[in-house]
Amino acid sequence: MFDDFFIRALVAGLGVAFVTGPLGCFVVWRRLSYFGDTLAHSALLGVTIAYSFELNIAISVFLISSVIALILIQLQRKTNLPGDALLGLLAHSSLAVGLVVIGFLTFIRFDIMGLLFGDILAVTVNDLIIIWVGGALILLVLKLIWKPLFASTVNYELAEAEGLNPDRAKAIFTILMAAIIAISIKMVGLLLITGMLIIPAAMARNISDTPKKMVLFSIIGGLLSVIIGLFSSLEFNTASGPSIITASLILFILSLLKIKQSIHLKN
Amino acid sequence: MSSSKMGSNNNTLVKLKNAGYQQNSKWLVKGVSLEVEKGKIVTLIGPNGSGKSTTAKIALGIYKKIEGEVEKYTNKVGYVPQKVSIDWTLPLRVNDFMVLTENLKDDAIDQALSLTGVVHLKNKNLGNLSGGEFQRVLLARAISKKPDLLVLDEPVQGVDFTGEIALYELIKKISEELNCGILLISHDLHTVMSATDHVVCLNGHVCCSGSPSDVAKNNEYKALFGEQASQTLSIYEHKHDHVHSHEGEIKKN
Repeated sequence: MFDDFFIRALVAGLGVAFVTGPLGCFVVWRRLSYFGDTLAHSALLGVTIAYSFELNIAISVFLISSVIALILIQLQRKTNLPGDALLGLLAHSSLAVGLVVIGFLTFIRFDIMGLLFGDILAVTVNDLIIIWVGGALILLVLKLIWKPLFASTVNYELAEAEGLNPDRAKAIFTILMAAIIAISIKMVGLLLITGMLIIPAAMARNISDTPKKMVLFSIIGGLLSVIIGLFSSLEFNTASGPSIITASLILFILSLLKIKQSIHLKN
Repeated sequence: MSSSKMGSNNNTLVKLKNAGYQQNSKWLVKGVSLEVEKGKIVTLIGPNGSGKSTTAKIALGIYKKIEGEVEKYTNKVGYVPQKVSIDWTLPLRVNDFMVLTENLKDDAIDQALSLTGVVHLKNKNLGNLSGGEFQRVLLARAISKKPDLLVLDEPVQGVDFTGEIALYELIKKISEELNCGILLISHDLHTVMSATDHVVCLNGHVCCSGSPSDVAKNNEYKALFGEQASQTLSIYEHKHDHVHSHEGEIKKN
């Protein structure tokens, strides 16, 4: 069954969508979209290191993204530069360094486009195992830290005062972000991963009135985006990442209609 | 933060010893010593920027890099912060907010919301509440987990006048029923004093502290709030002479 590249891509994409759904909600709630972008950009460096030392791409990306996240936390403590400037600094310098290193790796044929925008042909059975096992682990950890993470998202001081240890939850969440980028880079590509996190969650916000519903709709939105995106990618011979993101954009636009309706009802 | 130490009795919930906190090399508050015991209400008063909320955050352990010492003898804490803003991106109903830090049964949620008079808002979105309604929900959430220590930072701001009195009575009742200690911050000298066992008057440091009547007589208090406020307090004390007398230890800085 997994002999067919399309089935592999589909199974991989659905696995990714299950994880980006809930994580994406936190990215939207905690205003972390640029943070996600920064981690994703640094993933290029992770990929080049994986090629240089013949490591597994997912593991290498995970390690580099975690290191970048740690550097960011250190920079935030040591300088007075605003957060967005630090994020931009890290995102673009790690992207640039990654591209420079690729320039040196002349002995390897690189599919840059696949790296940036995703390549469904590239998904192997090994990748499937990484996505589903890694994804299940991410979801399990997220479930364990849900209460402190969610409480501190609503109000940090409340969570801290009532003994939930929000700093630890935040640190673990950062690692989960690095992990989801690592396992989804082949599917969506590093330029579009943040879209996969944010757009289904934003769509879900438009049609939800409780946090749990928002997580649920975010997952459903992601799954639908993957299915619609991959089928059209096959049909029109487009890159998988942009096709998935375009599908999620269409779902988002549809969800706006629902908002309009409810505003209309209120008046 | 550990169990009992020498020098405090078993009823102590939190104890500040000469505590202070500075931000950007400016002291927000310095040299605060106070103690909250089971079943007692300690009120912090003082002008804007006098360090009332900072003192509460020191007691709660929100500020960690502090001067002096904090000893906390309980982890069952209910907190009503001065300001909570809920972002639109978070779809949150009153019901979801009630179980934010502790899993509660439905009837426990209903009971707490009924006490503060907002049970009818249970399924409403937090963003659609008025200031006073939101304040009542905050208070309900803090008491619903039956805490040992309640820290209330201006808990009745924006609540209508009759509601204000009712809520202060409720706070008093809760401290008796749950036998919990309360650290209360308020501007409203009139109402607060009715329930308070101990008053700490802050202005960057402890100006004076003691029982409400002692504090009202204190010269520093008069200088800070004016003669009028002193009379208000005295009148109050006079009106309710059943208020329990305490040996008020007045500290001069």
